[in-house]
Amino acid sequence: MKFFACIAILAAMAGAALAAEIPQAERRSGYSFMGPDSKAMQDDDTANPGMLWVLDGEALWQRKAGTASKSCADCHNDARVSMKGIAAHYPAFDKTLGKPVDLEGRINLCRSNHQQAPPLAYESRELLALTAYVAEQSRGMPIAAGDDPGLAPFVAKGHELFTRRQGQLNLACANCHDDNWDKKLAGAPITQGQPTGYPLYRLEWQSLGSLQRRLRACITGIRAQAYDFGSPELVELELYLMSRARGMKLETPAVRP
Amino acid sequence: MARSAPIALLAAAMLAACPAVRADGLRPYVVVGDAIPVSLTGTNGDATRGRALIVERSSTCILCHSGPFPEQAFQGDLAPNLAGSGNRWSEGQLRLRLVDAAHLNPATIMPSYYRVDGLSRVGNAWRGKPILSAEQIEDIVAYLVTLRD
Repeated sequence: MKFFACIAILAAMAGAALAAEIPQAERRSGYSFMGPDSKAMQDDDTANPGMLWVLDGEALWQRKAGTASKSCADCHNDARVSMKGIAAHYPAFDKTLGKPVDLEGRINLCRSNHQQAPPLAYESRELLALTAYVAEQSRGMPIAAGDDPGLAPFVAKGHELFTRRQGQLNLACANCHDDNWDKKLAGAPITQGQPTGYPLYRLEWQSLGSLQRRLRACITGIRAQAYDFGSPELVELELYLMSRARGMKLETPAVRP
Repeated sequence: MARSAPIALLAAAMLAACPAVRADGLRPYVVVGDAIPVSLTGTNGDATRGRALIVERSSTCILCHSGPFPEQAFQGDLAPNLAGSGNRWSEGQLRLRLVDAAHLNPATIMPSYYRVDGLSRVGNAWRGKPILSAEQIEDIVAYLVTLRD
């Protein structure tokens, strides 16, 4: 009996020790785990493939769409002014919907409510381009998501999802990205999972992709059922990760291996 | 040692009394202490096949572990190096650590390679299936016991 009590106490201690979040001073962007070539590619706008989507987004910003025949610029004018700092606060609380909305979700709400246009598909060239263009206006600014008190329960849900074991491999995000970052998984460094540069250009994808795409890939990696694009769970995970990265600088469009 | 022989006999007797396949499709086994003393398949695994399985990425071993596999450039360091496994653990201890490491340490990140219950949101492609088959577990166990320093 004493033996089992000891085991239980040891297990509880191990659980407590592992559940710790990364201290502020130790937080690192995925950028810092990359080799010099990938860093150079991100740093040089003429070499960063993500800038192609940003340029597309700049053109789309001016294009009229929907039965309202309005462009983004018709309401928001110059994105370089009106969108500055916006992405750093996303996902944001939508009072009408009573839930958090990520940047892609916001763009699609704008389309349906104001342009009277059909929503753009997740991972479509147009949605990635507009999202990248809006987010690029906050490049270098500190992430400040999760402020709104209405978001608190959703941040908590995201954290719960982050620490919930799932899939055939029975792993939680936290097992790798809180507890084992900077160790090697099949030779590649495990990052902290700080979402500082989305949408970003992933060399593995040969494309720009959203944070939701990345999360789905990780979830499939642990052999769990990936949440659908736009599902509440993915937005809650995005929100938790952005609040966890509070104060870190936005890098969109980042480059990652 | 004097105590483990009758326990192993008892385990074998219990196994013999059990059906060859459980309701969840897995072979029955008996945990004795921190080991599964009896082969899941009733026969010895093949160490050569076991080594081939370990270095194969889809088995997932070397994502976290490293070992004496010079041909594999990409190995992990989240978990102990497999070199010397045969010195550290007996065959039965290795078998339980592969089958259900969480049985010994609920906080471990090592997946349970021969378990289908107690998991959540398993993807369609993997639902109801263990990560490795009983035969694969036995092959890997047969190889790991040969890893002596």
